[in-house]
Amino acid sequence: MVEYLLCIVLLMVGVYCVAVKKNLIKIIIGLVIMEYSMNLLIVIVGYRRGGMDPIVDPGATNAVYVDPLAQVFALAMIAVGLATTITMAAIAMRIYDRYGTFDIAKIRKLKG
Amino acid sequence: MINVLPIFILLPLGAGFIMLLSHRLGKRLPDFIGNATTFFLLLMAFSLYFFRTPGTVMLFKTGCLPVNIGINLVLDGLSHLLLLTVNLVAFLITFYSVKYMEKYTKAEKYFSLLLLMIAGMNGVILTGDLVSLFIFMEVAAISGCALVAFGTESEELEAAFKYLVMGSVASIFILFAVIMVYGLTGTTNMADISQSFPVNAGFAKMLITLLFLMGFGTKAAIIPFHAWLPDAHPAAPAPISAMLSGVLIKALGVYTLIRIFYNVLGMTHQLSNIFITLGVISLLVGVIMALGQWDFKRLLAYHSISQIGYVILGLGLATPLGVLGGLFHLFNHAIFKPLLFLTAGSVEYSTGTRQLKELGGLRQKMPVTANMSLAASLAISGIPPFNGFWSKLFIIIACIQAGRLWVAFAAVIGSLLTLSSFMKIQKYVFFNELPARLRNVKESPWMMGASMTVLALLCLVIGLFFPLVVSFLINPAVISVANGTGYGRLILGGF
Repeated sequence: MVEYLLCIVLLMVGVYCVAVKKNLIKIIIGLVIMEYSMNLLIVIVGYRRGGMDPIVDPGATNAVYVDPLAQVFALAMIAVGLATTITMAAIAMRIYDRYGTFDIAKIRKLKG
Repeated sequence: MINVLPIFILLPLGAGFIMLLSHRLGKRLPDFIGNATTFFLLLMAFSLYFFRTPGTVMLFKTGCLPVNIGINLVLDGLSHLLLLTVNLVAFLITFYSVKYMEKYTKAEKYFSLLLLMIAGMNGVILTGDLVSLFIFMEVAAISGCALVAFGTESEELEAAFKYLVMGSVASIFILFAVIMVYGLTGTTNMADISQSFPVNAGFAKMLITLLFLMGFGTKAAIIPFHAWLPDAHPAAPAPISAMLSGVLIKALGVYTLIRIFYNVLGMTHQLSNIFITLGVISLLVGVIMALGQWDFKRLLAYHSISQIGYVILGLGLATPLGVLGGLFHLFNHAIFKPLLFLTAGSVEYSTGTRQLKELGGLRQKMPVTANMSLAASLAISGIPPFNGFWSKLFIIIACIQAGRLWVAFAAVIGSLLTLSSFMKIQKYVFFNELPARLRNVKESPWMMGASMTVLALLCLVIGLFFPLVVSFLINPAVISVANGTGYGRLILGGF
């Protein structure tokens, strides 16, 4: 149970970072933290107590395996997260070219 | 007959890839590949109506896995309506883009990102699996964001960043919900989930519902989650604004909301009330905020929020007529909102500005754009011969039938305010006196005019022959929504 709570704590750290920080790079890092908390959660959901790696061993008759599907999801989500992060970093670089700063308070032209 | 469903995803992906490799071979090659691809997809989406027996689903299974384990592509009435909408708008927009994008460089990158976005949307619509739905959604959202930033001006970059941050937070909430569903049921197949979702998972189900509502609500830009839309939609190039407002928020937001809450988790009374409340708030607040805008495209973006409010309201009523009105309005909005954005793009193309106060009297100089804009304004405000009237009428009648007179009243007020804000656009852009600066304005090129004319004719034709459209396009979708969690039985039982 503690592992699940830790995942939620990690998610909240990410949300706090995205909501409060004024620096574009720190916002990106906050999102990455949120993504990783989710990846961690997927792997924990797929864990079975005392489970082995999910490669079927014909010799072991009543072996418990962890859920391979969850691990595959985690890999897919890492790829998706990478795409998001790269796009955001590219846009942040272009913004830096325009304004010479990463501070969100100085570059906000748009209103809500 | 071979199964054609994967082509809707693979063809635009492949065409986008080939375009990037081969654009040096000819200057017009990207335009040609883009238009040919989207035209072919439109033809296929339409011709599938003659191959699919109504009331059944078309299924594509990956490999030889059983239907409740593998990742399926599913085409039922609801997916089919959305598929036709997406590919229709996509074709007209690629046709319009040929001339419009001459202002920008790198046409091949533009078209390949656009095709990637279409592939993502088709994937979201067709997939029968929650995780692949999530991945296709990210494909569409990220390429959409890159397209918002396409001009790389400061305003566009900021809007794209804001869009991407809010979109990613929303995606993470959706992912959280998907993981919880997986933990509860041990499957990500939507048909299987709808059958095997535990009945006594009270708190977990509430949390999942809340997370899905927040996530997909952000993608659909329902009011408390709308903050990215009024920045992102005006900043993009006009055809992309049309694509984002016309179909992206529907494919990624509204369609997924319907699919998850009606077909997978099952609609409840509380959820219906939440939908109605959010819908009414969106349709009133969106239109009131639109009234105060002086930027042409920003005003239209606020109207997207308001019109999505109508769709959500109609769907939230959860009566057959309400769902019919909601889906019909979704389809109609996908016709007239791109048209409005394309006319805004045409005005911007010819005059170089989109501030309402700097424009005026363009009616004599740009008659085609002016007439098409008038048709779209009448359609969105719900004036009788046009399509918007019928769908709004259905929604209002459904509200009264459900005994919610205040909601019906709010919908009427929203419609009146819409009319007044479009009268403002007509007055400031097309009717007032022509400023001296705009004496030499010319009409936009014929390819842009042709796209706009087709959309405007569709507005009129759908309005005039609405019983035909309703029975041919909308009713199959209503049947599959009304089927509720029977969706799962329909798919699993078919094999």
